[in-house]
Amino acid sequence: MTTFVNRAPQDTRGNWKTYLGLSLVLIFSAFPVYWMFVIATSTDAAVTQIPPSVIPGGELLNNLNEVFTMNDVYFTASLINSFVVSSVITASTLFFCSLAGFAFAKLRFPARNALMFVVILTLTVPNQLGVVALYILMGKIGWNGTLLAVIAPGLVSAFGVFYMRQFIGHAVPDELVESARIDGAMTLRVYWSIVLPAIRPALAVLGLLTFVMAWNDFQWPLITLNGTDFPTSMVALSDLASGNYVIYRRVLAGAFVATVPLIVLLLIGGRQIVRGIMEGAVKS
Amino acid sequence: MSLTQLRPPPQHAAPSPKPSRAKLWLYRFDTKATPYVFIAPFFIIFTIFGLFPIVYNGVVSLRTWRLTEPDKDGWAGFANFSRLFSDSDFWNALYNTFGIFVLSTVPQLLAALIIANLLNRKLRGQAFWRIGILLPYLTPVVASTLVFAVFFSRDSGMANWFLSLVGFGQEQPLDWRAAKWSSWIAIATMVNWKWIGYNALLYLSAMQSIPKDIYEAASVDGAGPWRQLWRITVPMIQPVVVFTVILSTIGGLQLFNEPMMFDENPQSAGGGSAHQFQTIAQLIYKVGWKDLNLGYAAAMSWALFLIILIVAGINALLTKRIGGDR
Repeated sequence: MTTFVNRAPQDTRGNWKTYLGLSLVLIFSAFPVYWMFVIATSTDAAVTQIPPSVIPGGELLNNLNEVFTMNDVYFTASLINSFVVSSVITASTLFFCSLAGFAFAKLRFPARNALMFVVILTLTVPNQLGVVALYILMGKIGWNGTLLAVIAPGLVSAFGVFYMRQFIGHAVPDELVESARIDGAMTLRVYWSIVLPAIRPALAVLGLLTFVMAWNDFQWPLITLNGTDFPTSMVALSDLASGNYVIYRRVLAGAFVATVPLIVLLLIGGRQIVRGIMEGAVKS
Repeated sequence: MSLTQLRPPPQHAAPSPKPSRAKLWLYRFDTKATPYVFIAPFFIIFTIFGLFPIVYNGVVSLRTWRLTEPDKDGWAGFANFSRLFSDSDFWNALYNTFGIFVLSTVPQLLAALIIANLLNRKLRGQAFWRIGILLPYLTPVVASTLVFAVFFSRDSGMANWFLSLVGFGQEQPLDWRAAKWSSWIAIATMVNWKWIGYNALLYLSAMQSIPKDIYEAASVDGAGPWRQLWRITVPMIQPVVVFTVILSTIGGLQLFNEPMMFDENPQSAGGGSAHQFQTIAQLIYKVGWKDLNLGYAAAMSWALFLIILIVAGINALLTKRIGGDR
């Protein structure tokens, strides 16, 4: 027994039980997504088959065709809309939050700490609390039912400012900022040519997390876009799944299409996302 | 400093004249005003679309605000709030929300602890395991819930098939959506599935910052891996555990997507034929945008906010107390 206990866990090699446990966890995590794909490629019979079918069929194109041509769902438009919404929100969050994060981390100005405290305080407020009033506000300025209503509240995030401040505080040495200013560089110039290049990893992490959240957002887009010709992909999916007679191979084909961009992101930026969460990312 | 030394020494540059007034003014402006210019976009956008709605929500909750009868708008005093107390739909939704919350949070965090402990080893393919368990976190809830809706269907659903495999087969297949307890378990399964990996990474990150010599000292007492986890690791990462408990409370009490999409008719926002799994967030949506009574929905939002505050506080205290005794 004592052969392994005198080491910290992170210095202990994983044994077969570790790998078995992790494999089971991985299967549990991946199976629903995999099965989504299986049904998306199958006929109606596969949905009710016992024991369940686990091998993809050859009906993917046929099912996709049905999804994309279905009336009143606007699936193609919804994918474009989701891309537009998520991209604009991501770009804007990265720009404004890194600007503010830089100011909070490296510039000195009165009320800096008080304002940062306000940012941290707003981190904890549940976003659902204001949904009713947000809808009334959007109605007053005539944005309900348009993508503007979905984009505007996502343009900045308190978490983004917080995260950027932390990162810039570590990644950009004070001396570098000061010497640039002595050389006569304006603050904007310092941001552009010193801060931005130094925080690329943090921009990647925050960008990935922001894109995922924007893409998956459902409640607010449903409230403001429901019944219009401009749904996001999540709203279109809920339309696809509503009605008296739901065809699951079609619904799951749509669900799979809406999941693929995120699987691609996980494959490309998985390491960054893991790092972002381990550095203390917060649920939206 | 090293950066300036790389530049040509000043005497080689053209003798700079005294800085002009305009330049001085610009420099002043830059140091004094630029910080505010940099933080202004965040505060302006956040105030309009984040802070203002929350404050204004308080105003709406004190008014009669029906989308169908705009002429009846007017102050309602606390009528919307007092109506809450006798609204059986509200209490039912509160009960459901708490039931699902308990069924999802406790297993979720325990499983995350154990998985984090598995990940906290010298592993081959470390990045692969960490990225793999994040797949549920990235998958859109709307999409994954549709899959689970098929899993938990009454006829030929995979959950019922699995039950029959392990010897709990029934003559009548279990209709998961029909009863409170079964629909709660189904929805809690979806929540657990989504968040276990995410929380495991949060715990893992905390576990890796525990000083190694603490384990070395404890091994003298012959603590095995299991006791090591509960006696050393968990108390050491207690702040993160409290943090995840608070996060799960905030998220769990606002649960919306899973019960919405689990319903056979999502657009109704009913939470089952007899509201057996309707959560508060769902009820707010139904009252506001199906019954078109925004004033009452706003009052419900405030009630939910207060409940979240109280429960998050209690949970944080409880977690601290339980962890502190070890």
